[in-house]
Formats: sequence, structure tokens, C-alpha cells
Amino acid sequence: MKKRMLSLLLCSAMCAGLLSGCGNASSAEVLNVYNWGEYIDTDLIDQFEEETGIKVIYNTFDSNENLYSRIQTTSYDVIIPSDYAISRFIDEDMLQPLNYDHIPNMKLIDEKYTHLDFDPEQKYSVPYTWGVVGIVYNTKYVDKADIGSWDLLWNPKYTNRTAMFNNSRDALGIALMYLGYSLNTTDKDELREAADLIIAGKPVYQGIWMDQILEKLPSEEIVAAPYYNGDAVTMIDENPDLAFYVPKEGTNLFVDAMCIPKNAKNVSGAEKFINFMCSTEAAMANWEYVGYSSPQTEVYNELDEEITSDPLYFPDITQYPTEAYTNLPTEINQYYNDLWVDILT
Amino acid sequence: MKKSFAYPYGVWLAVFILAPILMVVVYAFLNADGGFTLHNFSYLPGYLPIFGRSFWLAFLSTVVCLALGYPMAYLMSRLSASKQSLCMMLIMLPMWINFLLRTYAWMSILENNGFINQFFRSIGLISFLQSHFGYSLDYIPLINTQGAIVLGMVYNFLPFMVLPIYTVLIKLDRKLIEAAQDLGAPTYLVFRRVIFPLSIPGVISGITMVFVPSVSTFVISQMLGSGKNLLVGDLIDLQFMGGAYNPHLGSAIALVMIILIFICMWIMNKFDDGSSEEGGLLL
Repeated sequence: MKKRMLSLLLCSAMCAGLLSGCGNASSAEVLNVYNWGEYIDTDLIDQFEEETGIKVIYNTFDSNENLYSRIQTTSYDVIIPSDYAISRFIDEDMLQPLNYDHIPNMKLIDEKYTHLDFDPEQKYSVPYTWGVVGIVYNTKYVDKADIGSWDLLWNPKYTNRTAMFNNSRDALGIALMYLGYSLNTTDKDELREAADLIIAGKPVYQGIWMDQILEKLPSEEIVAAPYYNGDAVTMIDENPDLAFYVPKEGTNLFVDAMCIPKNAKNVSGAEKFINFMCSTEAAMANWEYVGYSSPQTEVYNELDEEITSDPLYFPDITQYPTEAYTNLPTEINQYYNDLWVDILT
Repeated sequence: MKKSFAYPYGVWLAVFILAPILMVVVYAFLNADGGFTLHNFSYLPGYLPIFGRSFWLAFLSTVVCLALGYPMAYLMSRLSASKQSLCMMLIMLPMWINFLLRTYAWMSILENNGFINQFFRSIGLISFLQSHFGYSLDYIPLINTQGAIVLGMVYNFLPFMVLPIYTVLIKLDRKLIEAAQDLGAPTYLVFRRVIFPLSIPGVISGITMVFVPSVSTFVISQMLGSGKNLLVGDLIDLQFMGGAYNPHLGSAIALVMIILIFICMWIMNKFDDGSSEEGGLLL
């Protein structure tokens, strides 16, 4: 999700690939796939092409906002946005309802990750990966008694040794969950309360960061900070003293899912591709490559219990409340922005 | 030289500088539905502390750059030709490395467990402070301070101060200095009454070239500051890249910023009373 640099590199690599592939594309059936950078095992694309004879044109984006502006003007057959973006696309009538008769492998997707708030009828999207936000902390410096809740991020004992997310939705989301409100609240009083909570936490944080957390936790500049479980895996690889937990108050469950836009040209190819990606073999290969949790039940069943019981790889979302982001009205988005500026003034 | 040689630059100027500025102006006065509005500007009074902080930090870094850069340029201009080109290369050398990487390197130097603090620890400075002065931290806070932001700006923008001043100083007519000396002026008076006034155009362009990027930076503040306080650059970035996506508000802030910078430059140019056209690179 947050691998911008890599995605840029991959973009350029993909462009080079496109040029070389131009020659014979005209005769064969073509499928346009648009995904996050570094978010697929590229061998799977070759395999899909071999099996079906469909030529895949694969492109990558680095943010949901970027994707939103691109699909206004360009036709793609399969896109893989995140939850709140899917909700926005549905609101703006930009997606096609899926025909699950043509995507039989949908039955392999765990129901825990379907019918979520962003697509309540599960008409438009097939989950691709999922994950949660939790707290990554350093076991050498953080007392066992202090973990378990979001309140670690407000604990004055760790003044100047924690950090907060530098993006308004995730940061205010943490405060909202800590206060027991909905992540998708449109109640301005609740949002104001959440903002005040972050302002109260500012003296405790060493910084309000995004990517820097990936560097400062392993180097022990800070001892605790929120992050996505998929990236926590990487940080713990770098520094084995780090650990991850999901706070008991609940967390944001994020899902990236495959969709077919309204202006898709090759719907049957798109259905084949989505079905292929949900097959056990492909989903397993992709899980190994991407590292984010897979929603595919057979992948989960085939993996060692050591991995599936590890909250890092497969957080047990039955243990605490979870909520997925949905699209917010423009007015509330602007209010988030105003609060965020206020927090950082 | 033929006038037509300037046409490609004219086209460049129109397409990549004038047109974007024009778009900023148009966007600033529109609302999301494309109608005329002044609403975007109503946010600005609330942003006053952010503007104040940006201008203050940019002012500090400009002052430090001038204090360091002028003597450097002056000493350089008095060296032999071969040493001058060596110095020139030393000043340009860091600019061969990407700006982001250079700033990133400062991050690992200044961190609480960074290079400098590890050095302080190894020479026993920190334990000395702790035992004799009741110092409670086990590091000296360097990163995430305003000082770190100013340091980052000075480090990155110092060449832009040195080079224009140096260019003016080497072109200075030696006879004027000799004349002042012949007339009995002591060294400091020669500097104050002859050299410095003649170098003012270089100083003005140096100040401009340091102040403008400093006041609009956002990368340096995010890496070396704590990210807990916005600068104007961050604020504009937030309008375009943040979840709210409000390019109209972003443009309004950018427009006000452009106007404020123009005012600052106009005031600066008042000091340069048009006595010399050399070295005055901008405006």
C-alpha cells in the first residue's frame, strides 16, 4: 500500500515491458489491469496469459486518489482499489455489478472479509488482500503492563518516544476508536473530540510521521507507533525486539479488492482474471510474494499453524471490534482537513 | 546576439511558468462547481501562525546563510585562480548528490541515537552532564527542533548565497580598492565604503535565492522537524495530496504565498538602488 518508491520503479519497468509487447498485441484478446505497485507476483500474469491466451497489459498506481482521476478518462478491465475508494466508486456509479457465476472461486473467499460496510451487498468487489492497523512496539523498552490498548500512544511514560500517523484519516481514526466512536462518523462533535485527543497527545509524540516510522522503529529512535500489520512484518524482520498487537478497543480492517469499472472493454477476460487470482495456487503464490494477509480460505488452511496463529500475518479479527473505512461526504472530508491543520498548527 | 535565440526560452517561460501561475490564479477564485468565489481566502486568517512560522524559519536560514556565505565568497574571491576553481568545485560537490538523500543523511546524523549523540556518549559528555548538572536525558536533542530545520535549509541552500556574491566580488574593479587605500582608508573602511556597497546586487540575489526556496520547503521540515507543526509548503501539499483534495484552497494559499514573496523581494530591491546591473540575477 505505501510502497511509492517501488511502485514508481515498477511503473517504469512496466512501461518498458509495454513497449516491447506492442508488436503482437493487436491480434490477441487484451486485458487492462490496474493495481498498486509491488502488489502482485508477476509470474502469475505470465501464467494467466499462458493458460488463457489473453494478453495482459499491467499498470500500477500509487494512491487511490491517483486511481480515481485515471479511471475518469482511461478504460481498465480490472482495478484493485482500497475499501473507502470502492465505496466512493460505488456511490458515483463507476463499477459494474459482478456476475459470480463466472467467478466460481469467489466461494473460496472467507466471509469475514465480505459484505463489509464499503460494499454491503458484495455486488462489486472480490477481496484481494486485507490487514489491520495495530501498534508496533519495542519489547526492550515497553512494559508488558502498558500494552493492549491504544492508550500506549498517550502514555506519558514514553514521552518523546512514540509517534503518530501523519494522515488525517488514520490518525483521527485511532482517536475515534480509542474514544469508542465509529471510524466513519459524520458527527462533528465526535471528530472534534478525537482531534483534541491527538492535540493532547502531541507532547508525547516524538513526531507525526508516515514512512519515517518504518525507519525509526527498527533503529530504536522511537519505541512504539501505529502501523499496518503487513509492514510490521518487515520492521520485525529488521529488528527482532519489535512486536505487534492489535488494541482491544478495536481497529480499522482494510481490504483491497478487485473490481470491474463501468467502462471496462473486456468483461469476460476480467472475470477470468479475478477468478484466476482467487484460485488456491495463485492466491498462495501471491500471498508469499506480497506479504499482506490473504482472504482466501484454502491459503489459510494450507499454511502452517505457526503462521496462521501469528497476529502479524493473520490477525484474529474476532477478538476485537473492527470497522472498514467508507467514503465520507465532501463536507466531512473538508472538516477532517480543517481539524488536521488545527492539530498541526 | 540574435533576438530569435531567446524564443525557445520564451516558449518555455510561457508554458511552464506563466501558464501554471495563471492556473493557480484561476483555481484560487473558483469553488468545486466551477463558480466564482472568495470563500477559499476566508480560511487564510486561521493559517496565520503557519505563515508566521515559515517566514521566521526562512528569515533565520537566510541570515545564517548570509553570515556564513559572505565571508566565504569574499575569501574565495581573493584566492589564486586555481584555488578558486578548487573551492568552486567543493561548493558544487554536494549538489551532485540528490537533495533528498542529503537531507536524509542529516536525519541519521542528528537523531537521538544518531552519529553526533553516539559521539557525545563515547567521549563521556552525556554521562558528565548527567552526573554534574543533573541532566536527565541520555541524548542531546538535535533532531525535531527548529534548529534542525534551519540547519537543513542552510546546508542545502548555502551555495545559492555564496555563488552570486562571489560572482560580483571577482568582477569588482581592483582600482577602486587601490584608490581607497591610496586615499588613506583603513581596511575596514575600504570594506564598508567600497567593497560591500558594490557587492550589494550579489547579496540581494543571494538572499532571494535562499529565502524563496526556504519559505516554501516542506521536505526538510518533514524529515528534520518532528512533523508536528506545518509549514506553508506542507499546508499546500496537504490540499493537493491529502484526503480532502481541495485544489482550490491549495491554489488560494499558493497565490497568497506568491504575493507575499513578491512583496518581500520588492522591499529587498529597494536596497539595491539600481547602481549596478551586474549580479542582480532575479527581478
